[in-house]
Amino acid sequence: MLLEQILFFVAAAGAIGGALGVVLLRNPFFSVLALVGHLVALALLFLLLRAEFIAAAQLVVYAGAVMVLYVFVVAYIGGVEETVGGEGAIGRIGPVFAGALLAELTIAIVGSGLDALNTRGANVAAGFGSPGAIGKLLLEKFLIPFEAASFLLLVAAVGAIVLARRRRGLEESDEEELPERAGRAPLGEPGGRAGAGHEEDEGPPPGTAEGPGDPTPEREAEVPA
Amino acid sequence: MDIAWFVVLAAFIFCIGAAGVLTRRNPLVILLCLELMLNAGNLALVAFSRMLGNREGQVFALIVMVVAACEVVVGLGLIVAMYRRRIPIDVDEVRELRG
Repeated sequence: MLLEQILFFVAAAGAIGGALGVVLLRNPFFSVLALVGHLVALALLFLLLRAEFIAAAQLVVYAGAVMVLYVFVVAYIGGVEETVGGEGAIGRIGPVFAGALLAELTIAIVGSGLDALNTRGANVAAGFGSPGAIGKLLLEKFLIPFEAASFLLLVAAVGAIVLARRRRGLEESDEEELPERAGRAPLGEPGGRAGAGHEEDEGPPPGTAEGPGDPTPEREAEVPA
Repeated sequence: MDIAWFVVLAAFIFCIGAAGVLTRRNPLVILLCLELMLNAGNLALVAFSRMLGNREGQVFALIVMVVAACEVVVGLGLIVAMYRRRIPIDVDEVRELRG
């Protein structure tokens, strides 16, 4: 009982600290790292709520996969520092709105007629949130939402590829792909990192002149430059 | 621990995320704050699932995680497309929807 309380307060402090870090840190890369800490603390809270499978999925899918995606995009774009607490009306109204929302939600929670809120929850069996129980529920009762979710993931993956690929007609230079890429390298704003990303993106097509052994000459060309 | 503690914590995280969405201007950070709000919803769902002794709330939380992953993927694709066209990565600068 005491251990549970200690764990709850440690995890809650981690979760709130991580959330504040996401909002307040100026560098997006540090924001991503703060979100990773927040997600780990949240997984601990899920464990306290007997949701073992959700906690594992949170760690593996969120803190593992989705955050790596974020880190890649932040590294590709380059950390753009910005001032926190933006100017303009919304920048001032935002925190006030959030505070009002918090007050309203707290009043709603405390004043709700749910007696069970002030208990430790229903008595549950040992394997309450185990993968077996959740999987059985997903494949029997929630089969249609499960399939819809998988379809949604497929559509999102295809959509992301379509959005992020390079379209020739919509770029500012409507030339052939090879001159465009050659002209892009000196133009890349943040310098080396974006240029390296471009070259690794389209490795095979420009390497036709150099043959199969093109990665090593590229690396050697990059090192003195 | 009473369930109310978890629900109040979820409210706190949700409001921090809402403040971030309203005040930050970098779309990457806005996506991160959206994640915070979705995670607060997940925490409330799992807490109510524990309160009722019913596993269905955990399935809802899993579906929310799937939707969040889709939203992140599409949002990051949009940001990369913005970067490729040299549109400034700032939501105040993106005023027009044109190709």
